[in-house]
Amino acid sequence: MTAIAPPPAADAPPARPALGDRLRRFAPLSPTLAAVAILVVLFVGAELTFGNFITPRNLSALLLDNAYLIMLAVGLTFVILTGGIDLSVGSVMAFTGILGAKMLADGIPVLVVLPAMILGGAAIGALIGALVQYFDVQPFIASLAGLFLARGFAFVVSLSSIRVEDPVVLWLQSTRLRIGDWYLTPTGIIALLVVAIAAAVLRWTRFGRTVYAIGGSEQSARLMGLAVGRTKVIVYLISGVCGGLAGLMLTAYSGAGYPLNGVGTELDAIAAVVIGGTLLAGGQGYVLGSLVGVLVYGGIKSVISFTGADQSWTRIIIGGLLLLFIIVQRLIVARADRR
Amino acid sequence: MRAVLRSRLLWPVLALVALVVVNTVARPSFLGITVRDGELYGSLIDILRNSAPLMLVALGMTIVIATRGIDLSVGAIMAVSGSVSLTFIDSSSDPDGVGTVMIAIAMGVALALLLGVWNGFLVAVLGIQPIIATLVLMLAGRGVALLITDGFITTVTSAPYRFMAQGYLVGLPFALYVSLVAIAVIVLLERRTALGMLTEAVGINPSASRLAGVRSRGIVWGAYIASGVLSGVAGILYSSNIMAADANAAGLYIELYAILAVVLGGTSLMGGRFSIVGTVIGVLTIQTLLSTITFLGVPPAVSPVFMAAAVIIVVLIQSPRVHGWTSAAAARLRARRTPERTEVTA
Repeated sequence: MTAIAPPPAADAPPARPALGDRLRRFAPLSPTLAAVAILVVLFVGAELTFGNFITPRNLSALLLDNAYLIMLAVGLTFVILTGGIDLSVGSVMAFTGILGAKMLADGIPVLVVLPAMILGGAAIGALIGALVQYFDVQPFIASLAGLFLARGFAFVVSLSSIRVEDPVVLWLQSTRLRIGDWYLTPTGIIALLVVAIAAAVLRWTRFGRTVYAIGGSEQSARLMGLAVGRTKVIVYLISGVCGGLAGLMLTAYSGAGYPLNGVGTELDAIAAVVIGGTLLAGGQGYVLGSLVGVLVYGGIKSVISFTGADQSWTRIIIGGLLLLFIIVQRLIVARADRR
Repeated sequence: MRAVLRSRLLWPVLALVALVVVNTVARPSFLGITVRDGELYGSLIDILRNSAPLMLVALGMTIVIATRGIDLSVGAIMAVSGSVSLTFIDSSSDPDGVGTVMIAIAMGVALALLLGVWNGFLVAVLGIQPIIATLVLMLAGRGVALLITDGFITTVTSAPYRFMAQGYLVGLPFALYVSLVAIAVIVLLERRTALGMLTEAVGINPSASRLAGVRSRGIVWGAYIASGVLSGVAGILYSSNIMAADANAAGLYIELYAILAVVLGGTSLMGGRFSIVGTVIGVLTIQTLLSTITFLGVPPAVSPVFMAAAVIIVVLIQSPRVHGWTSAAAARLRARRTPERTEVTA
């Protein structure tokens, strides 16, 4: 970069623009790095306070307890990157969870049930995407319809909790691949795999770059001849599929389907994505950041249970953190606008 | 006729009338109003009474949406104001005293006002996207309400407080008066002064209106404060109806119902022109729909499916693409009927 830099103009000191350029390239990363810093501070602080926080057991449990939220946050990241929003994720998770539990209770083989759960989520996602793209409905309202629809369907399937006794589903949760005191469950592996796939898709595929382009400026993306319409529908579809997978995770985790699961989870997921450094205006952010965001969320929850304080503090602190990150983002955007 | 057809209120009114007709056919007693001890009772009265909290919240939401914003925190503010009021009454030595109840209500509404000021500060001064700015309080607010009530559902017995939602005044439910007063105040403020026009100006083009000398910051801020106060009163009505402060259930999803009511009433989420009458009709439509669902024997839990259907139908009716289809179909129909005229014009 410095080697090909043009000779400095007479009236400007040469070092500053180069440094600014170099820093500017990292500007999109800074919220995510801030999230990582908060995660580290949170964990180190908790370790210093309690003395037994950073243990393999505790950290492994963090992944296990929040696997479902990771799935939702990954799907939501795609949607938010295009500048949209998906409020339906928590309800979709509840719907697919109770649907799976009901089908298993009716004796339908698990090989049919799992695809059905994912398809159920995908169908609601596709409906939202179609409303947004083809009928010009605002994402907020379209996904609101999805929220109501999925929650209602969940209650249509069953009004009460259904236990799951299927060995395959329970295996996802109960199997522990141990390395010393560390362990990973199949749910954790699926969650990490999905994060890796999503990160690769966003980074290296034409579709992924289109997602960022739409978030940057939908108009420009369209003028560049990118497949804007198709991409926008697909991001909601992805969010729905992730909702379906999250339903599976939560059902495996709790050993039951329950139609009231995940009330308000959409907010947790949005908060995790924003804390992870994705701009709500779209066009900037990372799936790995969302993973960090979920871990911050889970970390705060587990710190609060360590202190024995009331869990209602979790939401207050998450709200406060969210505010902090929004203000940071606001400053970044304001600086970008000024240039 | 053309003016009627073009009116933005046509569809909301038709929807409300259709619901009332369906109800009356299914249950002829629906329209009946009985008088007992000089007080009116009946399904319609129930709908009017039960719609009060949603009415207040939706009125505030209308103003906020007109400024091109949105207030997601209304449900959380309801939970906070109800919790504060009931906790104060619970801890006071004289829960039945009118003075105690007045102070409790004042505390709840004052706190709601503060929360509205906070939302407005984030949006109008810091320039944060409204969805996100109010999301902060939506998340944190219920936590605060839970802290106020210590995580319990605070229940009290206090006759004056109960009166708010369940009492009657001159034959009509007191809650109905509350919503009528709120509607009147908002209409007077927004339509009899320039405030309404300025609000629309800010919603249509914030920077142009600022350049034209509209103090948009104050107007946007005021909208969030109004929404906060109205939500606070709604929270008190809600807690008075069940005589309990339930930090988790109070106002749950009411932001969504309120937004739906505003959109049903023909106010665009893109800001700008708004219709208070439309919102009132939207609220009544939603409340009638909810009561219809209950009457049909559908478990209340399943009612979101109907709400989803309502949302989808409404947005499709408003969608430009569907408009394109219907006007194209209408044009084809007209062309077929009067071929000679199309030739002349062509």
